[in-house]
Amino acid sequence: MKNNNNDFSLNQRIPSIMVADEEIDFRQYLSSTELSAIEHEVSIMESREAAGIEALKVVQQHRGWVSDDSLIAIAQCLNISSAQLEGVATFYNLIYRQKVGHYVIHLCDSISCHLTGVDEILNVIKRYLNIDYGQTTNDGQFTLLSNVCLGSCDKSPAMIINGKHHQSLTAESVIAILNGLSQSVGECDD
Amino acid sequence: MTEHISDGAPIDNSQLEKKWLEQALSQALIKPLSHLVNLDQPLDFDGYVKAGGYMGATKALTELTPKGVLDLVNDSGLKGRGGAGFPTGMKWSCVPALQEKKLPDDSPFNIGSHNQENSYLICNADEMEPGTFKDRYLLEGVPHQLIEAMIIASYTISANKAYIFIRGEYFLAAERLQKAIDQAYENNWLGENIQGTDYQLDLYLHTSAGRYICGEETALINALEGKRANPRAKPPFPQVSGLFGKPTVVNNVETLSNLPHILKHGSDWFKGLSPNSDPGTKLYAACGQVKNPGVWELPMGVTIRELLYDYAGGMKDGVNLKGLLPGGASTDFLTEEHLDTPMDFDSIGKAGSRLGTGGLIVLGDKHCPVAMVLNLLQFFAQESCGWCTPCRDGTPWAVEILTRIEQGKGSHEDLSQLNELCDFMWLGKTHCALAPGAVEPLKSAMRYFKEDFEQHIEQGCCPYESKLSKQRVTNDGE
Repeated sequence: MKNNNNDFSLNQRIPSIMVADEEIDFRQYLSSTELSAIEHEVSIMESREAAGIEALKVVQQHRGWVSDDSLIAIAQCLNISSAQLEGVATFYNLIYRQKVGHYVIHLCDSISCHLTGVDEILNVIKRYLNIDYGQTTNDGQFTLLSNVCLGSCDKSPAMIINGKHHQSLTAESVIAILNGLSQSVGECDD
Repeated sequence: MTEHISDGAPIDNSQLEKKWLEQALSQALIKPLSHLVNLDQPLDFDGYVKAGGYMGATKALTELTPKGVLDLVNDSGLKGRGGAGFPTGMKWSCVPALQEKKLPDDSPFNIGSHNQENSYLICNADEMEPGTFKDRYLLEGVPHQLIEAMIIASYTISANKAYIFIRGEYFLAAERLQKAIDQAYENNWLGENIQGTDYQLDLYLHTSAGRYICGEETALINALEGKRANPRAKPPFPQVSGLFGKPTVVNNVETLSNLPHILKHGSDWFKGLSPNSDPGTKLYAACGQVKNPGVWELPMGVTIRELLYDYAGGMKDGVNLKGLLPGGASTDFLTEEHLDTPMDFDSIGKAGSRLGTGGLIVLGDKHCPVAMVLNLLQFFAQESCGWCTPCRDGTPWAVEILTRIEQGKGSHEDLSQLNELCDFMWLGKTHCALAPGAVEPLKSAMRYFKEDFEQHIEQGCCPYESKLSKQRVTNDGE
């Protein structure tokens, strides 16, 4: 018989990964704020698909990341296949296709930072947060990612956290930044 | 002499503002691109106009025909500042609207239609070349200058829509640009009937989401169209069939920023800015193991030595120069013997490298050159779009071999393999210039730092790390 235990365990995992496109109605799924922001981007471009990257960013801004459901909803809204949009979404460093922490650290690992000691900064962050590249802290507060050159080469090493550049990093300044963020998380949990 | 262009004082009150402006304007004819840069608080619309802004655009729109602007830019000899150094006027003149005669049937620019159709201008602000941060100074420091420049360029190529394609990580620049765009609309420098003329232009800011290849102009166009940003095959060139199939010109931020000044002061002035055959000024930069990294606007053709020692303050204490990349990550290494080479397109080319973006990445003699090249290749491997095999497979393969060598586990065969890979990934064998860009630092490093590569293999470890750890032992023992 085909059905055995192994297949069953496989089926257990499939539903969360594969959502059929028709299971989602983007009008229900996307909020009116998201929809109007996406339509604004569409109005600037010559075609609906051209607003893809902006639409992904709109939804990510509201939800923190782009889930499979979100991806399908955006693709429907733009009249393109979810496969095509996935090709766009996975192309970019700043679109998160997995859940990320409240703060996402993008540490620059390109040449200027390499020459000015990013390895030490990386070790400090890893020790402080007890995570490696691509991981999120257990409390869901911090995700650590590498990033290609941030254009802060005159003030390297550098990183960005939630839209803010931090430059000329030292072991001390990194710890101060992380301490500050950890505290503000505790104070105002939005 | 070593003053940063970033050292603009914040404009708090009218007295300070006046003083700052006087000082800035005194530099207008020497440092056209950067004299109005203020990173703390860029000039708003009124301030920019007061400083002589939008005069270049006024001249273009009211006194010159598009062909007249093109002639002026052609005569100025302006070359693209994005890395390739292609003459800007020549790039523009391939746009069908600017062509006087019908092209021969076998011309690669001829796609059959020569009606005066709309074209697009795109400003390439996707500054992601490692070690390059010059455009950020212009974007953050004087956003209205770029808008004025884009009005001039759009008018010339008959574009009614223009886009600024900015990298996703330049948050501050994007915010300031959007504000400046809004002000330009409010003051009738964008929109319909600009300044009473019948010219119309809409300008949009597109923020990308972080991918190096988007800086390649055809990949950028695919990105703007909402497609996965693989580069396109050329021909057709974008000037003939670009964004949404329409004639499109893609210019770099710094290239465009020259336009208001060329319009204002003329092409002879522009040529006179530089002592050699490459006209104008250039935003030069230095980063890496130097004392005083930064950006400086200097006449085209300053020597590497001047840039490194007079402006960047020389090497960090206790470090000697090992080598440098003259114009971003995808240029060939140069060494001590090239220090007196002028930083212009021709001279750097003759020295065996490329001017690229004009930003030095400086390596000292205490840092392992193999580790540096490994870091560069890791970048290219990660940012390869994956479209063509030589790049998709070649760059990670090079990373694998370099990692082995750097860890002291490499063999002499690895070196010949790397050399072969350099041939596989060279121009003509790849879809775009990314992989050849990776070959440039790799191949030149293997030539200039041959001994270092061989020492790694023969000693079975990184000689720089063992030197370092020996040093540590001695220091601890003291």
